[in-house]
Amino acid sequence: MAKRTMRGEVAAVGVGETAYYKHGQSPEPEFVLCLKAILAAASDAGIDPRDIDGFASYSNDRNDPPSLATALGTHELRFSNMQWGGGGGGGAGAMANAAAAIASGLADCVVVYRALAQGQFGRFGQGPRVNTISGDTALTAPYGQMSPAQWYAPKAMRFMHEHNIGQEALRAIAMASYHHAQANPRAVMYGRPLTEQGYDESRWITEPFHLYDCCMENDGAAAIILVSAERARDLKQTPAFVLGAAIGAGYRVHSTQAGFATPDLASSHFKTVARHMYEMAQVGPKDVDVVQCYENFTGGVLMSLVEHGFFAPEEAMGFLKLENLLAPTGKLPLNTSGGNLAECYMHGLELQIEAVRQIRGQSTSQVPDAKVSLAVAGPMVTPVSTIIFGSEATL
Amino acid sequence: MSDHYLPSGLPIPVPERNGLSAPFWQGLREDRLRVQRNPRTGVYQFPPQWICHDDQSFDVEWVDVAPHGTIYSWTRVWHPVHPALKEHGPYVVVVVELPHASRVRMLGNLLGDPRQEVEIGAPVEAVFEHHPEAEPPFSLLQWRLSSSGGR
Repeated sequence: MAKRTMRGEVAAVGVGETAYYKHGQSPEPEFVLCLKAILAAASDAGIDPRDIDGFASYSNDRNDPPSLATALGTHELRFSNMQWGGGGGGGAGAMANAAAAIASGLADCVVVYRALAQGQFGRFGQGPRVNTISGDTALTAPYGQMSPAQWYAPKAMRFMHEHNIGQEALRAIAMASYHHAQANPRAVMYGRPLTEQGYDESRWITEPFHLYDCCMENDGAAAIILVSAERARDLKQTPAFVLGAAIGAGYRVHSTQAGFATPDLASSHFKTVARHMYEMAQVGPKDVDVVQCYENFTGGVLMSLVEHGFFAPEEAMGFLKLENLLAPTGKLPLNTSGGNLAECYMHGLELQIEAVRQIRGQSTSQVPDAKVSLAVAGPMVTPVSTIIFGSEATL
Repeated sequence: MSDHYLPSGLPIPVPERNGLSAPFWQGLREDRLRVQRNPRTGVYQFPPQWICHDDQSFDVEWVDVAPHGTIYSWTRVWHPVHPALKEHGPYVVVVVELPHASRVRMLGNLLGDPRQEVEIGAPVEAVFEHHPEAEPPFSLLQWRLSSSGGR
């Protein structure tokens, strides 16, 4: 029996985004942002937006496919998909679900989208305002542990302890994002560079995370359109083919709130997932030209890069030096648009867009002749997800 | 109350309506640390589940375990995200492993100076922090460095 795969069957052909705002500053309703990002992606692809027949998102996006399809005049709806759990860890998963729908014939043209206007709803980084609390959250919130930074900090702390990794490694990851944002006019932190001193002197949020180790929270929307490889070749943009993708986590990874109980605490939870992704893609870490790796917190990037095979934990201090992480010439250019730290926290979908732009040659920090482009979603949660794109030459 | 590590006003833990974790919370009120165990295999699990994860049996028992462990990881929180913690200053959260109970882990605060150096691997013992005046009353599981320097 032939090995089941969707390698090379599907491509990302259109990307779209609204302007990116600081959180609470969107002048428009979240649903309008979502529509505008989808229309921008259709325009970028050169397709009629009514031809989109599938919608995929993640992290309980509030803008549901039936409402979008109705508003957009979608001719027919064939795929309506939500990736369960994991918050930003579902970003590549939504892309994978869209690609799987196309590869299997469930739909022909699927848009992956994420819209956030937290000022109009609630913020991620605030504790619960309730009198009593039950379940997993009751095991952490009464001890003052009630935000993502606080839940994930012990994972990074343990990993850094086990492998003798210093703060400089996290600093290099933060500085790479800020460095690349200075070339990207879309970036919220464009024109606001970060120095080593600026990082070192920034306040602690929760050890080992300084302020600059933590993602922003933003308003905006982003969208990516996928179609079959065959159709992609007739459209106006250079296709970014999906080589491989995977979703999941290892053994008994607990909910975020009860994450302290996860047997493999010091992990981003890509050990099993990255292996499946590389197997499908038929490439390995040495083939990867450029990486977008979701920075909820820099410690998660550190563990993700290790678990994607770029270096051993013991090599982290040597590898994670700023010059190694910068486009165009670094060993492993990382987060070349500025990412969640400095471009925009669009829950990582902006990282998926950047991975596509690198294949097209359209990044503001382009890696010359990038052929294999990796986009890692939401480390340290469960499920996580990861996807790798290739140019025509990789097929 | 000065004998509480964090100020009042944080969410009060209560068992779920279905009572899954009630033996744990009731145990803390009685100065007991109770954890689920599989009576057939002796495997412990925490947080509580409806089913034993190792043999998929719904027959799960609650047992008392010795209230001590070692620090597996930690963080010191400086940026408060709840109004009750504004102006409070830093506090330490520890993840504690119970080597004598299938290495299950629990979470709490490390009592003492919030700016103390925290050492992964250090032995700690449980402190049952009672809040009888709260509505509803509850108890938390806190930790302090073992006075004996290990057991």
